[in-house]
This record gives sequence, structure tokens and C-alpha cells, in this order.
Amino acid sequence: MSKSTDIKMVGAPAGVEGQGFFATKLDEVVGLARANSLWPLPFATSCCGIEFMATMASHYDVARFGSERMSFSPRQADMLLVMGTIAKKMAPILRQVYEQMSEPRWVIAVGACASSGGVFDTYSVLQGIDKVIPVDVYVPGCPPRPEQILQGIMELQEIVKSESVRRRNSPEYKELLASYNIS
Amino acid sequence: MALETSVIQDRLTQKFGENVTGFIQIKDIFSFEVAASSANEVLRFLKEDPQMRFNFLTDVCGIHYPDNDKERQFAVTYHMHNWVDNVRIRFKSYLNGDNPEIDTATNLFLSANWQERETYDFYGIVFNGHPQLKRILNMDEMDVFPMRKEYPLEDGGRTDKDDRFFGRTIDNR
Amino acid sequence: MSDLLLPPEHRYAEMIKKRQNEDGSELSILNLGPTHPATHGIFQNILLMDGERVLDGEGTVGYIHRAFEKIAENRPFYQITPLTDRMNYCSAPINNMAWWMTLEKTLDIEVPKRVQYMRVIVMELARIADHIICNSVLGVDTGALTGFLYVFQYREKIYEIYEEICGSRLTTNMGRIGGFERDWSPAVWKKLDEFLNEFPGIWAEFENLLSRNRIFMDRTIGVGPISAEKAISYGFTGPNLRAAGIDYDVRVMTPYSSYEDFEFDIPVGESGDTYDRFCVRNAEVWESLKIIRQAIDKMPEGPFHANVPDYYLPPKEDVYNNMEALIYHFKIVMGEVPVPKTEIYHAVEGGNGELGFYLITDGSRTPFRLHFRRPCFIYYQAFNDMIKGQMLSDAIATLSSLNVIAGELDA
Repeated sequence: MSKSTDIKMVGAPAGVEGQGFFATKLDEVVGLARANSLWPLPFATSCCGIEFMATMASHYDVARFGSERMSFSPRQADMLLVMGTIAKKMAPILRQVYEQMSEPRWVIAVGACASSGGVFDTYSVLQGIDKVIPVDVYVPGCPPRPEQILQGIMELQEIVKSESVRRRNSPEYKELLASYNIS
Repeated sequence: MALETSVIQDRLTQKFGENVTGFIQIKDIFSFEVAASSANEVLRFLKEDPQMRFNFLTDVCGIHYPDNDKERQFAVTYHMHNWVDNVRIRFKSYLNGDNPEIDTATNLFLSANWQERETYDFYGIVFNGHPQLKRILNMDEMDVFPMRKEYPLEDGGRTDKDDRFFGRTIDNR
Repeated sequence: MSDLLLPPEHRYAEMIKKRQNEDGSELSILNLGPTHPATHGIFQNILLMDGERVLDGEGTVGYIHRAFEKIAENRPFYQITPLTDRMNYCSAPINNMAWWMTLEKTLDIEVPKRVQYMRVIVMELARIADHIICNSVLGVDTGALTGFLYVFQYREKIYEIYEEICGSRLTTNMGRIGGFERDWSPAVWKKLDEFLNEFPGIWAEFENLLSRNRIFMDRTIGVGPISAEKAISYGFTGPNLRAAGIDYDVRVMTPYSSYEDFEFDIPVGESGDTYDRFCVRNAEVWESLKIIRQAIDKMPEGPFHANVPDYYLPPKEDVYNNMEALIYHFKIVMGEVPVPKTEIYHAVEGGNGELGFYLITDGSRTPFRLHFRRPCFIYYQAFNDMIKGQMLSDAIATLSSLNVIAGELDA
């Protein structure tokens, strides 16, 4: 049981503080809000999905990181967690789910299979989801422990915090999507 | 009184003569071969005969023997289980290498449906009379039967893993 | 019959048009899956619906087909265990142990009694973990999240025991040919003891929460039933068959790993509906606890592996310091060990039914053919038959009570 004094709140971003005002960059405020309310879309296909069940259940409790609500609808999700082997038969579906997500969207490849195909170096398995969609964080392990999945989410929070609000409109980002044929 | 394997052998030989051969006890399972033409009849006999009572079709799977004679390059293996006397048996039907065909068992066991589809998917063995013989695990567009020995484990068209860096040969042995 | 080869939506479009012309009814097609949150794994079902009622359906599987059987033909025997883990990942140790037992049968290795009992403990723990997932998730699907969060704590305890035994949580890759990689540490026994003391109370509470709960009973009784005859014909095994009233259990029919030494009952249901499946799994958890207790009580002294230097990896410190051990290590890892030319079928009672390994060897370092009899794959084909005429929400409850594991289904 954690004591209430142990609970760490998210700190304010750097800025100028005075009586009755606090000035900082919009980027940082938005980043702070986004990073601490990432709604995950669990795209669980196999073993890693079971570890994710452990992650979201009572013992590891992913809700501590602002991911209380599993968003099974891609429309309302911020973070796509791809857990498990993606077979070639599944690849178009994964892509469709990604395309349905609204911006800003982030992707975590959880486990060896999602990251690189893992041990399944076969005719039927997609060798890493980055062949079809862009990935922000890779979590190694076969399957990763819940702690590792949490670490992955925390890494993503760092990325989200420092992301410019204009990134999604930038030519670099458009180019990235174009390289995956996603418009 | 348990069902003796000699009884199974006698009854089968009596009924099917030359079409059942090669009786052998391998470890705990009594095995034999059945000509593909009478495989369905043998299944029916084993299931419905009051003495045999092999009520449960445990497993159906295919095997590819590329080094055999043309007539014996494919095989379909059936595992059956008699739950009354607790006896398991296995029999194989060898099929032609160019057009492997055998009668379906779906008329006798509903469980044969997907198992035969899987066998078709992997080996291209055609089950005559199967209600829905199409691919099950692989994509419909796939044009090879991947479990045949001549096809490699890995996708040949891939570019991401350079064999020189992995110290591997092409067949990944 | 050739119209069955068409995609189901084409077939259903015809039926919808026909029914509309006949009696003006408006049917619709519903695509359930492959990534539907309530399907726990990736199966697609295209359903023909009359309002909320399912008239017909067709399932598509293969969305995580990973070609286990093809990989197995290209890997030495030791490297196949990680594949078996990833089949039914909810009860990986059962798969591991089944694979070792298949190999031991192939190689005629006699395993010490202590190892057999240790295996029984591990396999029964895995069965409990499997049933915890299935039953608590069935609760989630019928609207009771509390039980899930509560019993998952205790699944973690089981994983801690696995960790203590082999170092891994989910995909365990546990054991060796002929035994275990090391003897169990005192911590294993301690944790096992703790688990056996605490878990029964928790499980009883969980059972009380659901088994006489009006809402849960209304949602599950009479939902997705299957008759005994049909279940046999569809190749059902395991808890799902026993729920239909057939007391078939591989542990009793063809005992392996000394299951004949233990006293336990085979719980059976009656109507084969979702509620019966839930109750059978619940009761099996109690039986598994009983078996584990007996195994601990009767645990014989002795070695933790068979004396088979040809197949059992030598201890690591010997490999570093002793030439002969190094040679054996190399030979075993590279698969250069003598293997007879034979055909073996070995079956165990997996979490979901008869898990069989059909191994054909040709004397080389890899199997010539390895076929997995995967219970999920075989009984999932009955799903569409079971939900016909039921409501859509019943279909979800039926699917989750069947405990179909995608990894096992698609191989």
C-alpha cells in the first residue's frame, strides 16, 4: 500500500511564475496534458496481450500513468499498443486501425514479434509492424514483463511531452506518412 | 474385456482384405495403412461397428514424403480413439504426388471439417466431398502449399534480413 | 454446396434479398472481429443477424498463423520448446512438459518419480492459471470486472512460482529432456505453500461472487449449449466437453507423469452451456489444488532429472571447466544426438483439452514432421453452430467461456 505522501504529482513545466500568473510555452502545457492522459488502444494478438492484461490489472495498474480507460475504438485512442505477432493476413487490418486513429497518434510495438517478427521468421509473419505503420517506441522481450511495458509507456510519455504541437503539420511528418502510403 | 489389437487386425483384414496392410505396433499405438480408396469406409467401419467403437476422431493431418515413389508422396494420417475400451489407433493413407486426393471424413465426424481444410491449406491434399474446401490459416491469395518440403521456411522475397550478417545459409538449417 | 466457398457476405446478401422478398424482414450482416475487444484474440466472425439474433455465421481464423509446424521441421528438438510455449500461452508449462514427455517416449527415457511429481505440480498450477483467466474474463464479458481484478493478483503469484523455477513468467520454456534444469529452490516450496494457503479463500470468494449471482446466471444459463453427441463429433475435449456431461479426461484415460498416483474427481456438467463450462472450470481449480497438495505430500526424494547425458544438458560450470561436458553441451545444443526413426503420438490434458504432439522422426536432428493437435482449433469450429439462434451478447459470452486461445488455434 502506498502512503498518500508517496504519491508524486506531475510537476509543472518550466516557466515564469509570479503573483497570479504563470507563463510557459503552449507546447509544454499541451505536451504535459497529452502525456498524462494517453488512452491506449490495445491491439493484442497473442502472448504479449496476456502480459498486457497483467499490466492493466490490479497488480501493475497501468491506470497510474493516465491510461485508465482502454479505448477499444481507434477513433478515441491516442496510443496504439501492438502486442503480439502480426501475421501477413493481419497486416492490412492493423493498418486500417492505425488509419482510423485521429491525430495525434503514437504507436508502441510491444514485444519481439511486433518489433521485428521475433522467433517467427516464417512465410506467414510480418517482420515487424514498422513495415506497415510508423512506430514510436519499441519494447523488447518475448513477452516483455509488465514492468517493461510500463517503461515503454513512460518512454512514450517523454516523447509526447517534448513533441511540438506543430509536428503533425510539418513536412517531415507528412513525408513519413507518405513513405508508408498513409494519407 | 479390452479390445485386442489382433482383433482389430483380423476384423479389418476380413472386411477390407488387401486394402488394409502394414499392421504394426509403434510404442503405445497400433498403426496400419489403408488404401486411399477405402479410407472413408474404414473410418465408417471403425466408428460404427459394435465391436470397434472408435467413437472419437482425435486428429487428421497430412505428411509430405518427397523422396518416396510417386504413388506414396503424400499421406493423410488419422488418429482415432475408442473411449469405451480406451484404445488408440492410427492409420495412414498414401496419396499420389501429382494430384493427392482422398474422400472427406466430414460425413462421419464434424471435427474433420477444419482439420481437412488445414491439411488442404498446408499440403494441397484435396478432400473429395468436403463442403467447404478452401484455405483456413493462410491468405486466400496464397498460391503455394507451404508445408510441402520444397518450400522454404522463410519468405523468399524479403529484403530486410541479410543472410551475411546472420551467418545463415538459405535453407536456415 | 459450392456457394460455401464464396465469402460469407455474398452468400448472406442473397439470403437477405430472399427473405426481404418473402416476408419483408430486414436482416443485416455484422462483422465481428478480427480486432473486436470482446473476442480476446483475433477471430473474425461474419454474422447474419435478425435484429439482435444470430441466424448464421462464418468464422475466419488464421490471423496469427505463425507456421509452428513448418518452423518445427527446421529446428533441433531443444529449440522447439519455445514454440510450444507460444501455443497456449495461458498455460505454457503444460505444453512444455507435454513436449518433453513426447521426446522421452521417443527416446525411451525413464523419468524419476520426483520429476514426474514436480511436473504434475507445475502442470496443475498452469491449469489453475488458465482457468483463472478464462473464468474471470467470462465475468468481464458479462459485466463483472471486479472478479477479474481480484483473482489476477493470484495469477501473479503463480507466475512468481514459475519465475522461481525457471526464471520466466509467461512463456516459460521450462525443463529439459528427462527432468528440470535445476532442483527447485526452497523459495519455490515456500511460495507454493503460501499460494496453497491463500488462494482457496480467494477462489471461494470469486466463486461466490458469480456462481449464484442472478445477473451472471441469467447471462450464462442456456447460453451457447452443445449436446454431448455433437460435442464428441466436433472433437471437443477438456472442460468444454466435460461441461456437456462426458467424463473424458486424458489424465485418467491414459495417465502420464504418474497421474494415476493421485486421487481426484472429474467434474462434469450437464447441458454444455456457458454456465456449465464456468462451473466445470471452477471445480477443476479445486481438483487441481487437491492434486498439488497430494503431490507435495508424497514428493519422493531423488534426482531432479533422469540420467541421460546424451540428451540432458550438463551443468554450466562443468561446461566451462570440463572438456567432456563441453562436448556434450555442444552436441546437444547443435542437435547432434542419436534419435531413433519412429512415429509417436503423445497426448496430455491441456488447459483446454487433449493437447497432442504427433512426432515423426527420420533420425536427423530435426523432426521430419511435427503436428500439434490443438484442442482450440478443433472445437472452435463448433462456435457458429452453438450461437445460431442466440443473441449477439450471448455469442460473446459463449466465445469467452470456450476459452479459445488464438495462438493455439492458429498455430
